[in-house]
Amino acid sequence: MASAQVLELPHGWKDNMPTLETTFAGIRCINPFWLASAPPTNCGEQIMRAFDAGWGGAVWKTIGAPITNVSSRYSSIDWNGQRMMGFNNIELISDRPIEVNLRELAETKRRYPKHAVIASLMVESKRTAWHDIVERAEDAGADGLELNFGCPHGMSERGMGSAVGQVPEYCERITGWVKEKARTPVIVKLTPNISDIRMPARAAKAAGADALSAINTLNSITGIDLETLEPRPNVDGKSSHGGYCGPAVKPIALNMVQQVMADELAALPMSGIGGVASWQDAVEFMLLGAGTVQVCTAVMHYGYRIVEDMADGLLAWMRKKGYESPEDFRGLSLLKVTEWKHLNLNYKIVARIHPDKCIGCELCYTACWDGAHQCIHLDRALPSLDTSRTPDMVTAESRARISTTPIPKLDLEGPGEFGPYRTPLSRIPRVDEHECVGCNLCSLVCPVPECITMERVENGLAPETWDKRVRSGKVAEESCVVENPNS
Amino acid sequence: MSKPTKFFEQAPVSPEIAARFPDLHPAFDEVAAVTEANRCLYCFDAPCTGACPTHIDVPKFIKKIASGNLEGSAKTILDANILGASCARACPVDVLCEGACVMQRYNKQPIAIARLQRFAMESLYANGEQLPFTPGEDTGWSAALIGGGPASLACAAELRRRGIRTEIFDARPLPGGLNTYGIAEYKLPLVESVREIDMLAQLGVEFHPNATVDAKKLADLERSHDVVFLGVGLGGIHQLGISGEQLAGITNALDYIAAYKSGQITSAPERVGVIGAGNTAIDAANASIRLGAREVHIIYRRGLEQMSAFAFEYEHAKQEGVKFLWHVKAVNIHGMERVEALELVELEATHDGSLVQKEGENFTLPVDLIVLAIGQSTHAEFLGSHGINLERGRILIDRATGQTSNPKYFAGGDCVNGGREVVDAVADGKRAGIGIAAWLEGQHADS
Repeated sequence: MASAQVLELPHGWKDNMPTLETTFAGIRCINPFWLASAPPTNCGEQIMRAFDAGWGGAVWKTIGAPITNVSSRYSSIDWNGQRMMGFNNIELISDRPIEVNLRELAETKRRYPKHAVIASLMVESKRTAWHDIVERAEDAGADGLELNFGCPHGMSERGMGSAVGQVPEYCERITGWVKEKARTPVIVKLTPNISDIRMPARAAKAAGADALSAINTLNSITGIDLETLEPRPNVDGKSSHGGYCGPAVKPIALNMVQQVMADELAALPMSGIGGVASWQDAVEFMLLGAGTVQVCTAVMHYGYRIVEDMADGLLAWMRKKGYESPEDFRGLSLLKVTEWKHLNLNYKIVARIHPDKCIGCELCYTACWDGAHQCIHLDRALPSLDTSRTPDMVTAESRARISTTPIPKLDLEGPGEFGPYRTPLSRIPRVDEHECVGCNLCSLVCPVPECITMERVENGLAPETWDKRVRSGKVAEESCVVENPNS
Repeated sequence: MSKPTKFFEQAPVSPEIAARFPDLHPAFDEVAAVTEANRCLYCFDAPCTGACPTHIDVPKFIKKIASGNLEGSAKTILDANILGASCARACPVDVLCEGACVMQRYNKQPIAIARLQRFAMESLYANGEQLPFTPGEDTGWSAALIGGGPASLACAAELRRRGIRTEIFDARPLPGGLNTYGIAEYKLPLVESVREIDMLAQLGVEFHPNATVDAKKLADLERSHDVVFLGVGLGGIHQLGISGEQLAGITNALDYIAAYKSGQITSAPERVGVIGAGNTAIDAANASIRLGAREVHIIYRRGLEQMSAFAFEYEHAKQEGVKFLWHVKAVNIHGMERVEALELVELEATHDGSLVQKEGENFTLPVDLIVLAIGQSTHAEFLGSHGINLERGRILIDRATGQTSNPKYFAGGDCVNGGREVVDAVADGKRAGIGIAAWLEGQHADS
């Protein structure tokens, strides 16, 4: 029986199984997948269901003095038929009384002792207020505290949220107040709505924060109703700037996580946030140094069940790569990000189109002519190569061609010249490798996997960077020294 | 919806036929259309556009559906093909745009171009059926167009957009030719063809229905107009030339299809034999089944490989329940007053490809109706006296301009191409319209 065979694992198999268990700033986690402080962590009932679904931790929807919310609160960006590529909200922190949230937190922690329950906190910028809320959250059993210095809407107008996170001094002061009282790890959640995220991160670290989480949402206006001319989300004919998140923000989040984690003065255990929806997303954050990841939008879109493949897919990837725990690969890509001036100027690649895979859409051709360097040509079927034919000439020839419906009895000659590939030779573009700058664009627009590959060209030149050129005097000094005010 | 114009009001409507011939490819709703439109890769020099005889810019109209610019989408279609609505339903897209779609080589699921085109055109109808073009400034020139089928309609549209007056003369009560009377109703209902022509009439095309043009009438029209366009199509269906062909219960596929489409017949007898295996034969056989026949045979003297019907039409016929008798020839028709049976012989191909009778006994196939679909004759012979060169009955033209050997005569459609598709006739007519305008301008510049 098949089931019996599955049960008979080879001896020692279990020892080789990777684990997702990890410890984050002293907080033990059964896996690195946490729910971010947001609507999916609004109450104990939700969080307990999320734990049942497989989430390793949850950051409680920010607890503070109850607020009043508006309706509506969310809006999103769809892209070519795909919903919620980007998501935006103007919802504030928890609208439930502090005591209700803490009572449910205690109950959740009692019933799920192995799961990480983090209390996200936001109160007015007074030492006593912070001392009080820290004590109450920890008394309720929170495994850690996340300071919400990032909420970009509403709360910031009242001197909280990103109003704190955007001013390193405030960030440092409040973190310090919390650390005076806290017995559990303190995580400072950073706002991306700032020119250099390393500044508040350094301030948090200086004040003794145990960990960071980044990024909170980005200021945004998601769109405008073209009938009513009212921006979304619509609250009685008006809108307000909201917090942007979802798949669209992942590259921004990865960049900011990298910036912080590569900065000695800022780096702390990092909980990565921003567009995480799959195990691949999680791996990318972890490769840039994140110990855990936090998820919100993808859960709001598809529900708690998405964690199943996140865990399963991550384990499969770890097995394939030979990693036994998340610590084995954490931060491995961090040092592969460098300043532009340290990139090898003598590294040369060119695009190669594999004609057996090409379907003849010619998107690479258009992209190269209109968006790149005019080095892809449609001349494979011509008597001789011709790089002078422009796109307009090609379409003009096609439009002038007389086409008819092929009718077997009227068209005895059969189909015309086709060539050796499944796509007619005339439709398979050709890269002029001497002109190709190796920009990647054609391979990015090509819809077929592995159809356009970027191939290394051996030019025999030793690696050389801009930095090296400057230092060796090959480049005039004044043309290259520009101080970056942020570094 | 705007008020129906005159041809639409005259179109016969049979609820029974409508019920028996529902759309083979139902319309997209908006969600389905946008989802499908988003699949389009937006190819450069798109093969679908190249394969379309009218060169509709397919990616352009599809992206306009995706963006919600439906008016622009319909305009893109109509700019290339004034019969875009009926072509969306009647075209054999498997061998045209959708057959050329690069998705065939990607995931084997081409973009549903025809259904998207229909969606764009029907949204134009839903918004008042206003053609997004206006006639050109009057040049004072006029053209007589003989035959009211797709070639003449497309030619007329090009001429009106260039300010040339057009009069269409057609023998039938409704214009549209085979587009109105000859396309299987589950693809293109008669009323839909007529509705499209009514929209075309907004350009100021004049129609003369029930107007047969003979040699004398043609001579009159040549005198009264600056140019003549011949879109006369093909003639009647060939006869078998065997005994019993005069009996009741024998018809030809074109008359049969026209009769059911206009509601003159709404049922078929028990057993039908269709002779021939082209697309028209398939349409007649499928129609017989839809009209209630229990047993429908297609009888063809050659084999499946030589059948001129498209492969997808053959598959469709099999699904409808049509049976095929290959390598069989009718030699006699039995019956007292009406047909009762076909006498058949089996054939086999010799090494040189010719067909000879196989040894064995003749056999009979009981039938109540015989439908002949063995190709159309030509009926352009009378044009020879007008200095118009023919070849095997077809009018010879310059392919790019549609001009015949008599410079005042242009031609297009089945009478030129031997009988292709609606879209081929539209393309012929369009080229001729452009060719006529250029020729008239040239004449004018010379004088």
